[in-house]
Amino acid sequence: MKKFQLGEFEEIVMLTVAILYDDAYGVSIKKEIENRLNRGVSVGALQSALKRLEDKKYLASLDKDATQERAGRPKRYYKITALGKEAMQYTKETRNSLWDAIPSISLDVKFAKLFNA
Amino acid sequence: MHNPPKLFLRFFRWYCHPDLVRPIEGDLMELYEEQVQKLGKKQADRKFIKDVILLFRKDIIKPTEGTQKLNYYGMLKHNFKIGYRSLTRNKAHSIINIGGLAMGMTVAILISIWIFDELSFNKNHDNYDSVAKLYCIESGSRVEVSQVHPTGLGTLLENEYGDYLESIALVRQRIENRVIAVGDKIFTQGGYFVQQAFPEMFSLKMVHGRVQDLDGLSSIFLSLSLSEKLFGKENPYGKEVIMDARWRLTVKGVYEDLPRNSEFADASYFAPLNRYLEGWSSLNVWDNYNMRIYVQMKDGVDERMVSSLIEKAMLPHVDENTARLEPTLFLMPMKEWHLYAQFDKGELVSSKQLKFVWFFGIIGVFILGIACINFVNLSTASSEQRAKEIGIRKTMGSHRKQLIAQFLTESMLLVTIAVTISLLLVSSLLPYFNDIAAKEMTIMWHDYRFWLSILAFIFFTGLLAGGYPALFLSSFNPVNSLKGKSNASTFLTELPRKVLVVFQFTISISLIIGTTIVYKQILLAKSLPVGYNQDKLVSLIPRSPEYYQKYDVLKDELKNTGLVENTGSANYSVLSTLGWNTGFDWDGKDTDSNPAFNTIRISYDYGKTIGLEFVQGRDFNAEFANESANVIINESALRMMGFQDPIGKSIQFREDWFGHPSFQIIGVVKDMIKGSPYEPTFPSIMFLSDGGMQNFYLRIKENVSAKEALPVLAEVFEKVVPSAPFDYQFVDDEYNRLFQAEESIGRLAAILAMLAILISCLGLFGLSSFVVEKRSKEVGIRKVLGASVFTLWKMLSKDFLLLVVTASIIAIPLSYYFLNNWLQGYTFRTEISLWVLGAACAIAIFITLLTISQQAFKTAFKNPVETLKDE
Repeated sequence: MKKFQLGEFEEIVMLTVAILYDDAYGVSIKKEIENRLNRGVSVGALQSALKRLEDKKYLASLDKDATQERAGRPKRYYKITALGKEAMQYTKETRNSLWDAIPSISLDVKFAKLFNA
Repeated sequence: MHNPPKLFLRFFRWYCHPDLVRPIEGDLMELYEEQVQKLGKKQADRKFIKDVILLFRKDIIKPTEGTQKLNYYGMLKHNFKIGYRSLTRNKAHSIINIGGLAMGMTVAILISIWIFDELSFNKNHDNYDSVAKLYCIESGSRVEVSQVHPTGLGTLLENEYGDYLESIALVRQRIENRVIAVGDKIFTQGGYFVQQAFPEMFSLKMVHGRVQDLDGLSSIFLSLSLSEKLFGKENPYGKEVIMDARWRLTVKGVYEDLPRNSEFADASYFAPLNRYLEGWSSLNVWDNYNMRIYVQMKDGVDERMVSSLIEKAMLPHVDENTARLEPTLFLMPMKEWHLYAQFDKGELVSSKQLKFVWFFGIIGVFILGIACINFVNLSTASSEQRAKEIGIRKTMGSHRKQLIAQFLTESMLLVTIAVTISLLLVSSLLPYFNDIAAKEMTIMWHDYRFWLSILAFIFFTGLLAGGYPALFLSSFNPVNSLKGKSNASTFLTELPRKVLVVFQFTISISLIIGTTIVYKQILLAKSLPVGYNQDKLVSLIPRSPEYYQKYDVLKDELKNTGLVENTGSANYSVLSTLGWNTGFDWDGKDTDSNPAFNTIRISYDYGKTIGLEFVQGRDFNAEFANESANVIINESALRMMGFQDPIGKSIQFREDWFGHPSFQIIGVVKDMIKGSPYEPTFPSIMFLSDGGMQNFYLRIKENVSAKEALPVLAEVFEKVVPSAPFDYQFVDDEYNRLFQAEESIGRLAAILAMLAILISCLGLFGLSSFVVEKRSKEVGIRKVLGASVFTLWKMLSKDFLLLVVTASIIAIPLSYYFLNNWLQGYTFRTEISLWVLGAACAIAIFITLLTISQQAFKTAFKNPVETLKDE
């Protein structure tokens, strides 16, 4: 079994939460991803990812700031836990090691063209 | 501030996990507000809806079992799990428990179905609550209650009390067996002659035709089964049937057969009453009692009120003699017809049928009780095995209530399994049960009330079986049970167990005794001399004018076959007590009394045919002159008249119905059993009639087999009287049918007794296995010290044997008391002899010994090394 399980979208969410640091709650995370990655994120997809990450203990949450424009509902702020940090680290390292293992020639685009022909 | 679509917001709140609902809703609102500013309300609404729908996914939806444990759900689950484990841990114990309970419940459910059927008699009629039957009480020398009235009474009620009555229907008093023919299909069928209002009053369900069309002189309603017999699948409406080869009747309706548990279940047709009366009587006759009268009250009219109104209605119309008897009328509502219509000296008494209902109801409860006792005993006996468990639970903080709940859950679980098994058993046994009980009962799978009662049944039995063990087991002191000390004193734990075993065996032994006595009573009645010879005696009821015309030809032709000993006829069946007359006089008669005699008319040769046994005098003889002025009497009549030398004595009769004012006695015959085989014979007088009468008898010769003779006789009969079917009956078969009620009770009681003893022994088997196991070390030590197997067996069996002997001692006087009461209802009754009581107890003791010995020997034969090696 893999030591840390982190899907692609989950990884993006984790990274975004880290970027936002003190201001990571539902709407801000959604907007941040949309702006940075230029892709649409539904509330459902985001919330279920957040729930899963919280269940995996990668994220911790705290409710505060019940404002009027939110109809008196609190914002749920997320922070990365130590375990979450490890998971991110691990994912990054595995990526890096894979990158490092690529021989430079395989990224030669000309070769790929030949192959196609 | 804008509001998103309410419906979707509510939907979201409904499905969302309660932990998430607040922050997510906040996010949604924030986004919505923003979208409204940017894109307008319409677009924002659309986005909001899309978000809500996309949020409907696994991680967001609340789990179905609830999130906060605000209930005992987990505890209940735990109870079931533990229950299941304790069931599977001790398999033999569980099988005995479930098997016994399932048997007990099967009996209880079958009996409940039977009782339900008895209680639901006539409920199929729509006017169940408003229809009543007219009865009349006459208080003469003995008080008589009768449901047979003159036609004039019906007409009177209709004319004078119409304000209270919706409708009234006269019905010919008894079922009329008539020959109904269509083409070459000829059947003898039973049915009733009724007035036009009858079909609607009894809400016949019409398949063809209208319910009000039973009019005129020549209409007829057929039951669906008769219609199919006569016409097959086609619609017979408007077709013609011929009754008794002389009346052409048009089929005006076909109705669905009435269910077995209804008053007119035996009818296969209804014909107009006027057809019956036409030509010899009318609706204004007051001196011929031949009608039942049914009325339907108007809405809101109480039958008791009508009863008090019509009480004396007959008085002005009847003759002096009858008026002296003060005929008093009253109405009996339909709900009482089946179970309550039994009278003794003018008072309502509990009917035979109602007694059966009580009898079987009580037995059902007892058998269920016996099965529950097994459960109680096995649970308490095995309690030591669970004492540690209970101790630990209590130490961990279990409340007593929770322990009780756990044990009750276990018993409910067990009962539910047992009920499931017994429902399967019931559905497969019901056809046989229907055979025995002579009913058509079904299980009402589709009725919610059935399932409700099954649930109530489970609950009730679970409580009955599990209540005591739950209280007992949960009362253990944890310190003692963890230390391995026994909890209550042995006396206190074992006493209830012993009492219950005694109870079980008392019931079982009583049932065995009861069954034996019922059978003895039937045997006794069967062995009574009937006063004539039933061997190869065949009866026929040919209802066709042709038969009366060709009576002599038929007699001759049948005799010419050489297969027939003799033939004769009478106006009433040899097995009925119909035909009653008062108004006889003789020398030395007490002038105040006016006794009734069973009066029948018989033909020449009737006596020879059925084999009347003459004590004095002779039979009617065709060669003597003036025989019609002679009579034959039976011994009971002789005793009543008190003649020393009866032959040649004369008796007078007030009416001229038998053709003469005075008759001479020419013969005395032995008493014949005619009605109930348990009753003594009534005094009877036999008159001579020249021609043939409706009950035709023939005796097949002794050296000829019935199988050979009948086809030949049928051929002759059909040649001479083609318009009547050769529907013969053997008199001995008919006679045996009189025992049906008692026999079916006997059979049921036998089965129940067997089940009771079986279930009791099953429990004893389980119980003894526990006790013997508990004492296995003791047995081992005794064996080492030199005890023989026999001594050990004696020691182990003694305790149980004592219980069964106690049960016998209780059962004997108990069953004697009840059976004696039951037997009082019969004139000829068997005695409750000592050997029956003794044998029943001996059987019970023997079976018990067999049950226990198996366990006792197993332990006694064990190598002591095995039982003593641990510890």
